Amino acid sequence: MAEIRNFTLNFGPQHPAAHGVLRLVLEMDGEVIVRADPHIGLLHRGTEKLAEYKTFIQSVPYMDRLDYVSMMCNEHAYCMAIEKLLGIDVPLRAQYIRVMFDEITRILNHLMWIGAHALDIGAMTVFLYAFREREDLMDCYEAVSGARMHAAYYRPGGVYRDLPDSMPQYEFSKIKNARELAKLNENRQGSLLDFIEDFTNRFPTCVDEYETLLTDNRIWKQRTVGIGVVTPERALALGFSGPMVRGSGIAWDLRKKQPYEVYDRMDFDIPVGVNGDCYDRYLVRIEEMRQSNRIIKQCIQWLRANQGPVITDNHKVAPPKRVDMKSNMEELIHHFKLFTEGMHVPEGEAYSAVEHPKGEFGIYLVSDGANKPYRLKIRAPGYAHLAAMDEMAKGHMLADVVAIIGTQDIVFGEIDR
Amino acid sequence: MASKLEALKTSLEATLGGELKLAVLDRGELTIVLRAANAAQSCTTLRDQFGFEECIDLCGVDYSAYKDGQYDGLRFAVVCHLLSVKNNIRLRVRFFAEDDDFPVVPSLVNVWPGVNWFEREAFDLYGIVFEGHPDLRRILTDYGFVGHPFRKDFPLSGHVEMRYDPVQGRVIYQPVTIEPREITPRILREENYGG
Repeated sequence: MAEIRNFTLNFGPQHPAAHGVLRLVLEMDGEVIVRADPHIGLLHRGTEKLAEYKTFIQSVPYMDRLDYVSMMCNEHAYCMAIEKLLGIDVPLRAQYIRVMFDEITRILNHLMWIGAHALDIGAMTVFLYAFREREDLMDCYEAVSGARMHAAYYRPGGVYRDLPDSMPQYEFSKIKNARELAKLNENRQGSLLDFIEDFTNRFPTCVDEYETLLTDNRIWKQRTVGIGVVTPERALALGFSGPMVRGSGIAWDLRKKQPYEVYDRMDFDIPVGVNGDCYDRYLVRIEEMRQSNRIIKQCIQWLRANQGPVITDNHKVAPPKRVDMKSNMEELIHHFKLFTEGMHVPEGEAYSAVEHPKGEFGIYLVSDGANKPYRLKIRAPGYAHLAAMDEMAKGHMLADVVAIIGTQDIVFGEIDR
Repeated sequence: MASKLEALKTSLEATLGGELKLAVLDRGELTIVLRAANAAQSCTTLRDQFGFEECIDLCGVDYSAYKDGQYDGLRFAVVCHLLSVKNNIRLRVRFFAEDDDFPVVPSLVNVWPGVNWFEREAFDLYGIVFEGHPDLRRILTDYGFVGHPFRKDFPLSGHVEMRYDPVQGRVIYQPVTIEPREITPRILREENYGG
């Protein structure tokens, strides 16, 4: 009888289903995974080390580039850590804007996830549907910050500027005639809030469309039901968070349990799964999109009715108004000091975590009183999830590894840092 | 929240006794410093008796340049952030490696299996050795990387750079050719500077 040996397969780093630069070394017995050893670090940029050599504000754009599909949530955790150390308050309007954009970011992230996840396991169409809605949300990012992705919009003490009163319009070009142009610009006639409200009215129907494509789809269920099951006890022991832990049936959501900003004023529900498999996590994320939509609607209502400052008036932290800087010596000095030397954060340490679309995204900041962080540790949710790859994939078929990568919502920007 | 942490602090002081070197409540966060030698047992107590079933984060810290050299203490520390889902409370645990030249601390993998990769990361970036870790390999840096890049004495630009050598027809390593530059200097002011 022939000797049977395990077969070692190298999956990635150039594999399209590896979501970036994951190299998986799979030890296989036929088509069954015996051991999965992810090799990460191919996108390691040393963000934490770089931040030690930058002033506090200079590091904000680095945060966008961590999890590059949910940019503003990363900034949020970073700004919250600095605010905690400084002990400053954020104006209420800025808190509402942050919550609204956190939820826009969550939808943005989940749309990317559902598109990529479905594409990986054989459903091509959802990707195109999801990107249709992503485009509108990217426009919101652009209207508010000037950048479609890497916004650098949240700043310590608030947000960079107030919401704009008008939306950018599509312009005439040789591929767009006047009638088409009018249709494209139809929902861009009012302010940004009008545009977002129009989106929130349309979006539930869009989620219904994705569900029509997937939820009762036989192939989708065959690929996800019973795959990558994690028990609630294991999920906690392995350090899971976010939809990964909720999919296993634990109703843990920082927005509810340890509310930050104005989440305690919001009315929303936490969806939880039952079986802890890929299908339940899919359902959890779908429902999260609907809940985010609800939160955005509440924020729009409040932001319409209430005006106010969007960044703290402590000019040791946030720059003064341009006009004041030109007419007032004191403000000129503040402006100059802030942009040359940066702010000094009092000695101490702080850990602040947000409910990032992927799980708990935390920033551990140690300051010794200088104008730069002494140590910045980024706690990326995907890092703990990918570490459990071996346990989740063991005993499954090779094709299921792709489903597990998809359900973990892996993005290498945050894992490799 | 604050009263909950006060209560936790008191009961931790009673339970851990001599293992607990310091407990500080600052900015709404409780930090405890443990003796490194028995950290694994102390953490098991934290998990089983105090309900910290999840270790959210574990990282290394190099204190050698803290306060521009005014710091006088052990160099390497391991900082864990624990979370109790049951009691909805957080705790920061720190323990220092006794030896600055060859830092060794006990591994917590048997307490929380999720810290496996976090310990590998701390080993990779700081050279902290976790005794009892089943698979202490480098994780974030390149295969064959030399040194521990997040130590304060490791330059930001690194020591080597990589390029394709057309003569040898392969990728080679060579000493870095870029000059490190500092655009904004690091400034540490004395207490109550400028009033």
